[in-house]
Amino acid sequence: MKALLKALPWLFLALFATEIIVVMLPKKDSAMHTADFGRLPVLLNGRIQPFDSVARNSLLQIRSTGDVPLEEVPSWKFWHHPAKLKSTDWLLEVFFKPDIADSRPIFLIHHPDLISELKLGDKGVEKSGLRYYTFAELENRLAEISAQARTASAIEDANRTTYQKQLLKLANGLLLYQRLKSSIQPEDTHNFAELLAKFQAALPAGLAALRAQQAGQQFDEAALKRFSGLAQQFDEQANFAYPLTVPPTDPANKDAWLNVGASVLSTLRGGGSLAPAVSFFARMATAYGHDEAAEFNSAVSGYKNWLLTGFAREVAKGRSEFYFNQIKVFLHATIIYLVAFMLAAGALLLFGPAPQLSESLRRSAFFLIGLAFVVHTFGLIYRMVLEGRPPVTNLYSSAIFIGWGACGLGLVLERVYKIGLGSAVAGLAGFVTLLIAHNLALGGDTMEMLRAVLDTNFWLATHVVCVTLGYAATFVAGTLALAYIVLGVFTPVLATKAGTANLGKALANMVYAIVCFATLFSFVGTVLGGIWADQSWGRFWGWDPKENGALLIVIWNALILHARWGGLVRDRGLMNLAIFGNIVTAFSWFGVNMLGIGLHSYGFMDAAFKWLMLFNGTQVCLILLGLLPVRRWRSFQLVQKV
Amino acid sequence: MLTKLYKIVTSLRLTVVLLALGLVLVFWGTLAQVNLGLYRAQNDFFRSFFIYWAPGGSSWRIPIFPAGYAIGWLLLINLFAAHFRYYQPGKKKYGIAMIHLGVVLLLFGQLLTDVLSTESMLHMRHGETKNYSEASSQYELAVIDTTEATTDKVVAIPAGRLAKLGEINQADMPFSIRVQTYYKNSALVEKTGPGYSEIAVTAGFGAGIWWRELPHETVMDRRDMPSGIVELVTPQGSLGTFLISAYLTRPQEFTHNGRRYQLALRGERFYKPFTLHLLEFKHDKYPGTDIPKNFSSRVRIERPATGEKREVLIYMNNPLRYDGDTYYQASFDPDNQGTVLQVVHNPSWLTPYFSCVLVGLGLLVQFGTHLVGFAKKRKVA
Repeated sequence: MKALLKALPWLFLALFATEIIVVMLPKKDSAMHTADFGRLPVLLNGRIQPFDSVARNSLLQIRSTGDVPLEEVPSWKFWHHPAKLKSTDWLLEVFFKPDIADSRPIFLIHHPDLISELKLGDKGVEKSGLRYYTFAELENRLAEISAQARTASAIEDANRTTYQKQLLKLANGLLLYQRLKSSIQPEDTHNFAELLAKFQAALPAGLAALRAQQAGQQFDEAALKRFSGLAQQFDEQANFAYPLTVPPTDPANKDAWLNVGASVLSTLRGGGSLAPAVSFFARMATAYGHDEAAEFNSAVSGYKNWLLTGFAREVAKGRSEFYFNQIKVFLHATIIYLVAFMLAAGALLLFGPAPQLSESLRRSAFFLIGLAFVVHTFGLIYRMVLEGRPPVTNLYSSAIFIGWGACGLGLVLERVYKIGLGSAVAGLAGFVTLLIAHNLALGGDTMEMLRAVLDTNFWLATHVVCVTLGYAATFVAGTLALAYIVLGVFTPVLATKAGTANLGKALANMVYAIVCFATLFSFVGTVLGGIWADQSWGRFWGWDPKENGALLIVIWNALILHARWGGLVRDRGLMNLAIFGNIVTAFSWFGVNMLGIGLHSYGFMDAAFKWLMLFNGTQVCLILLGLLPVRRWRSFQLVQKV
Repeated sequence: MLTKLYKIVTSLRLTVVLLALGLVLVFWGTLAQVNLGLYRAQNDFFRSFFIYWAPGGSSWRIPIFPAGYAIGWLLLINLFAAHFRYYQPGKKKYGIAMIHLGVVLLLFGQLLTDVLSTESMLHMRHGETKNYSEASSQYELAVIDTTEATTDKVVAIPAGRLAKLGEINQADMPFSIRVQTYYKNSALVEKTGPGYSEIAVTAGFGAGIWWRELPHETVMDRRDMPSGIVELVTPQGSLGTFLISAYLTRPQEFTHNGRRYQLALRGERFYKPFTLHLLEFKHDKYPGTDIPKNFSSRVRIERPATGEKREVLIYMNNPLRYDGDTYYQASFDPDNQGTVLQVVHNPSWLTPYFSCVLVGLGLLVQFGTHLVGFAKKRKVA
């Protein structure tokens, strides 16, 4: 038994470490080298990214998932992995087999009025209570949807009804889908290579006829008609295609990527020859459409080799981002955090009754937190390298970084006080923040380019990192305080001995230390933010909502420290103040963005507003619990009896 | 009684109460921005001593909550008093002293900024040269003698004086100005609408235009547009009544005693002993998108007095600091052919830098000593 308890932590570590290693090992591609296609670089949102990122971010916006499940599995059968269409495979269908793509249920509609308005009641498939529809089912409602969407988009965001918001989301998803469909070949093309050949054949006579017509001379009407009919298809494509897929032919102008339509039309000026990329895409299109794996693979590798001559950096970027998309580090870290939290919670509860088991669980949790932290750090650094930026550039990455900072603090606490609390806090904070990050990612590309004011690595690395660490520390203090109150009121654990004092006292010391840390980082971070504002707008402090939010955290931490130094609060009061710090920080992090005003506003988010209010509600309840008279606390009853 | 007061003023309890009030104030002031706009919320909540409540639209002003100045001053008093009472020189207190000195410096610096700093705008088209910037919220009535070919003679009357109405005399002006009407904010239209009245003037252009007075503008990106009617009076009689307005893009013109004059209500001008010349404005975007990557203005500074002549690049997060002023890239013309630089004169701009270093070091020292002490204690245990 003893040996088992001793081995348990190592077993846990081995289990999860193996999983991570398996995930990170390179995978074999399918017979059709679709992964190779997914790695190819394109330009979208102002940055080079692989086709796979285009696919994944589009799917996230349309379906709120990164891939398309192909079968229905009841959610209680969690061991059964349903077959999935991976993001790149879905994109290939959209590009080259649009008929099949049109029959995939990817459009989520869950507003009952919208479903009945569009007369979709008998259509779609249901999954976990949500209804998904195919493009084919929605195709003849397109006019109605876009007409309604126009009305809705004229209304200010904050004043839209849920119906209108859903409708707009649906309309945007449909538009994005249609743009993707004509990103490589014009819509309804069945043999792209043939279409291009026709265009090139019609080009000389057509151009000659056009010139003659413009000069007022006699011209070949049939040739002009044939040519302009074809040119029009490419013109529509040039206006509608989504990512820029054709690299610049002029190596000096690295940014001049074009979409396929624009590239084809540019041959009108250049005198005829197609960009090599277009010919490769045409080969891929035809081969994929006819399921000819060998030809598709040769076109993909041919294009990649061609790219390597002038665009080696872009190819490398596509490859590394594709890998990052595949391994889903943050998802795996989330799972480990959750398991570690449960182990640490178990350790805390068994502290008195089963000390040996408790210690074994505590060590397991600690090992797993260590592993999760390594994985989390790996993901964080990988993202930084991909972006060439400090860790925090938007709300999404702030969630990742707050989780990372909180986990780091938790690890330090656990090293100092070996009682499981540090691990519990790290596990909870890591799990919750990564969950928040996951939901924030549903908006689309999380590595978007930074607007002019933000385009400065110096201030992102100093001000933003400091403020975000301040958030993380305040949350850690608040979470420790929660543990104090829950454990104190419902269990006798706080009275148990830990080192020289009891656990309650140790917790109070931890919270105090973390609040000091939080004060340091939030003050310095806030003032640095002011200095940045002075550098870019000519004013140190403008009472902008986000600035005020940061100031609130500083004031609150200062208040906690002064209240403690002045003897106005003891351990229990300190804990209640620290929990209120959670509310203050949540307001500063998310709440101010919801006001929809100021220089830092990123748009109104009502779904998040509900969660914020729910969070604040729970915190207030816990503070009320903390205000219970001491004799009602199980931990302190014990002390008094002794 | 006095000892009791002394105890209260020096107590940490007061600190905590004031910090709590500050927390409420900042939170309230942030929410208030949704309805009041940033500018008014700033003035009502932070740049005043009390937040007032006017019951039911009456003219009463009942103070209901301490505002920024009150809390700030009380915190300062409390801080000094507490230090006076508790401070003993010694290693342990250096951190605390540094932290609070930094905070005091920050607060005073901001107070000085409030009082001493001025902001103005400098708008230049491509190839244009200017030796002044213009205030965006303060106006002046410029009376310009344009008779000489090489130099104009300008008499500027601040808008504050115009608002008092009545007659204005200046030694170097051969006529006096009688302000008949002055609206601090106004609207001018070509056709009448509800609330508008027709402008009645006897000279210059303006007759046939309709106007009305507007309340003070509170929205952040908009500003007051004043208008008024002035009569120019000489000992021999009246030269007529003129419309002056910030809306007018060209000045009113008239002659008197063989000299040519212009009359313009314009942003207050700050003249510099040097000129700025816009060589190029650039609005860079990320490839394939409309996301702005950078805004930059390449500008030539020329200073005849010193013979200085050089080119500088002003871009986002990289202002030009020159001659006590700071020039920021603030805006641009929609056709990308002109730039707007914000010009800030703020003698106390460095205080936050010192404060940040002081407080940061102070906190490190203070918590560092705590931490070391704690670690030692644990080792002993």
